[in-house]
Parts: sequence; C-alpha cells; structure tokens
Amino acid sequence: MTPHTIRFILPTLAVFAAGAAIAAAPNPARTALLDGYAAQAKAQSPAFAGFSAERGRALYLGPHGGGKPETNACAACHTPDPTAQGRHQRTGRGIEPMAVSANPKRFTDPVEVEKRFDRDCPAVLGRACTAQEKGDFITYLSGQ
Amino acid sequence: MPRRLAAAAALLLLSGVAASANEFERVRPVTNDATRKECGECHMAFQPGLLPAGSWTRIMDGLDDHFGEKASLPPGPAAEIRAYLTGNAAGRGDPTLLRITEQRWWLREHRFRPEVWLRKDVMSKANCEACHRDAARGLYEDD
Ligand code: HEC
Ligand code: HEC
Ligand code: HEC
Repeated sequence: MTPHTIRFILPTLAVFAAGAAIAAAPNPARTALLDGYAAQAKAQSPAFAGFSAERGRALYLGPHGGGKPETNACAACHTPDPTAQGRHQRTGRGIEPMAVSANPKRFTDPVEVEKRFDRDCPAVLGRACTAQEKGDFITYLSGQ
Repeated sequence: MPRRLAAAAALLLLSGVAASANEFERVRPVTNDATRKECGECHMAFQPGLLPAGSWTRIMDGLDDHFGEKASLPPGPAAEIRAYLTGNAAGRGDPTLLRITEQRWWLREHRFRPEVWLRKDVMSKANCEACHRDAARGLYEDD
C-alpha cells in the first residue's frame, strides 16, 4: 500500500467506527446531560412530561422575536440543515454540524454546552433558555 | 471576483517589493490552549502578535459586550488568556484601537473594493482565514 492509500483508508475506517458506536449505544455523557435537564425541568414545572424533538426543531428553525433581528433562529449560524456545516452569521467562521449523526462529539461536554446556551439563547430569544428548551433542542439534534 | 482579488494581491505584492518586510506577515501561532479554545469559537483565535498589549487589555476588560456578543469567561481562564495575550503582544500598533482591522498597517494592506467584504465566503474583515489559508498558523504572506 502506498502512503497515499493509507491516508485515504484510515479516516474512512475512523468514520465507520464512530458511526457504529452511535448506532450501538447512546453516549453516556449526553444521556447524563439530558437527565440533568429533565430533573431541572421537573423542578421548574410539575407538568413536565418529557422532551420533544418537534419542539426542539421549532426552537432550532425559528423565527423568533426578542433577540437580535439578524439572528432570529439557531439556524442563522447553525444552518437550517443541522447535518450541514454552519457559518457564524457575523464572523463568517465555519461551525461544525450540530446533528449528532454528523458530529458525534455534540452535547458531550456539559461545560461547553452550558456556556453556549448561555450565549446563544439571549442572542436569538432575548432571554435564557429553560431546561425544557435545552432538553428539547438536544433531543431534536440527537435524532438528526 | 476572485480574479479581482488576485489582481489586488499582485499589486500589493509589487508595491511590497520596495518596502521593508512587513513584521505581521509571519506572527507566532497561538500556543496557549485556553486561548485557542475560548477565543477560537466564533472566529479564528487571533495571534497575540497582531495587536499591542493595550488593545488586548481593553478587549479582555470588555468581554461582557464583545463587539455586541457576550463572550465572558470564568476568572481562571480569563486571567490566563489575558496574561498570554498581553505577554506576547505586538511591539507596535495603536493601543486605543480594539480591532486588528482598524490598525493602520492592516488598512494599508487591505484596500479592496467594498464588495469584497460582502462576499458570502468572506462576510467579515475579521474572517482572515477566508483569504489567508494558513492564517491559523500565523502565516499571512502571499499564498
Ligand atoms: C451568532 C451565531 C450563533 C447562533 C445564532 C446560535 N449559535 Fe450556538 N454556537 C455558535 C458557535 C460559534 C458555537 C461554538 C462552535 C461549536 O461548538 O462548533 C455554538 C455552539 C453551540 C452549542 C454547543 C454544542 C456542543 O456540543 O458543544 C449549543 C448547545 C448551542 N450552540 C446552542 C444554540 C441554540 C439553542 C441556539 C438558538 C437558540 C444557537 N445555538 C444559536 C454560534 C451560534
Ligand atoms: C461569542 C462569540 C465570540 C467569542 C467567544 C469571542 N469573540 Fe472575538 N469577536 C466576535 C465578534 C462577533 C467579533 C466582531 C466580528 C466582526 O465585526 O466582523 C469579534 C471581534 C474580535 C476582534 C476584532 C477583530 C477585528 O475586526 O480586527 C478581536 C481582536 C477579538 N474578537 C478577540 C477575541 C478574544 C481575545 C476572544 C477570547 C477571549 C474572543 N474574541 C472571543 C465574537 C466572539
Ligand atoms: C478579503 C480577503 C482578505 C481578508 C478577509 C483578510 N486579508 Fe489580509 N490580505 C489579503 C490580501 C489580498 C493581501 C495582500 C497579498 C498578500 O500579501 O497576501 C493581504 C495582506 C495581509 C498581510 C500582509 C502580508 C505581507 O506579506 O506583508 C497581513 C499581515 C494580513 N493580510 C493579515 C490579515 C489578518 C490578520 C486578517 C484578519 C483579521 C486578514 N488579513 C483578512 C486579503 C485578505
């Protein structure tokens, strides 16, 4: 095998391995994160009845009022197709896909996830996201 | 449009032959992990050598309202990043200006038609990587 074919085959194998891992079992860090949001949502509202991918999708696609007009949806930076590469609406910088199928690392680092909810929700909604909304959002993207 | 940009580059290159080498054409890449991570999410992590220490201090003082974005950090990483940026800052430039893209040397190198900045793959003057392939490695000479 020439070094060239090795360079081609190795990344391909890595992609297969990652794909198999998601199909086999949900990521424990992501499950723990969702469990945490479920507990918070229950504490905030006794009527809490689980997360909804459909509501998460509506949050993702918008449009919303209350935030900055040029970022009236999560999709403004994360792109309407969550399996595609996004682009920061102001700086033009590329953003890795949000869909877990396309980017298995998503929603596995709780500090990073909380930091970004903290910044991105006010820019889009003009307020923080609730635990219900965070869980809906992650549930939607985990299924994409 | 790319052809026009190439022409601009060629002109700038020609005019650069006579001038002395630009000290910003190669700057030290970012070597601090916290800076790479926390300052490299919304745009590339700009190298400390692109701005004087006074500009970095003012940027780090204003992360709550960072060009209209909330970019605040916990005290630990904030102090580490501040020390790294100011400790490796440029020896020249105007410390009263926060932006690289408002520094005189930068404006001199980027006199393009206004449409260039609106191109979909550029979008912002701060999107160095759109035009300088190796910007993340601190290489801005012609490529
Ligand atoms: C102004 C651009 C912008 C908008 C609008 C935006 N985001 Fe983001 N978001 C980013 C950037 C930049 C990152 C960090 C880069 C990355 O994680 O690839 C990010 C990352 C995230 C992450 C971290 C994911 C992880 O696995 O670490 C979450 C969660 C998130 N965004 C939620 C949202 C939600 C919810 C909305 C809509 C209410 C939203 N974002 C709208 C720019 C934006
Ligand atoms: C939440 C997103 C976000 C984060 C995190 C962030 N920035 Fe920025 N930054 C921006 C935006 C938006 C601009 C303005 C871009 C524009 O006007 O095109 C900007 C602009 C800048 C500029 C000026 C660019 C120019 O035009 O010359 C500098 C310097 C800068 N940021 C440094 C930093 C540093 C240092 C950090 C880390 C402490 C950081 N940024 C973190 C969003 C962010
Ligand atoms: C629209 C495209 C574009 C963008 C965006 C852009 N530049 Fe440039 N830049 C150029 C061109 C063209 C030249 C002149 C040709 C050359 O020397 O590369 C240049 C020249 C330079 C030079 C001088 C290089 C030398 O050889 O002396 C530096 C340094 C530089 N740019 C830094 C930056 C930085 C830092 C950013 C982001 C804050 C940036 N540029 C954004 C196109 C761009």
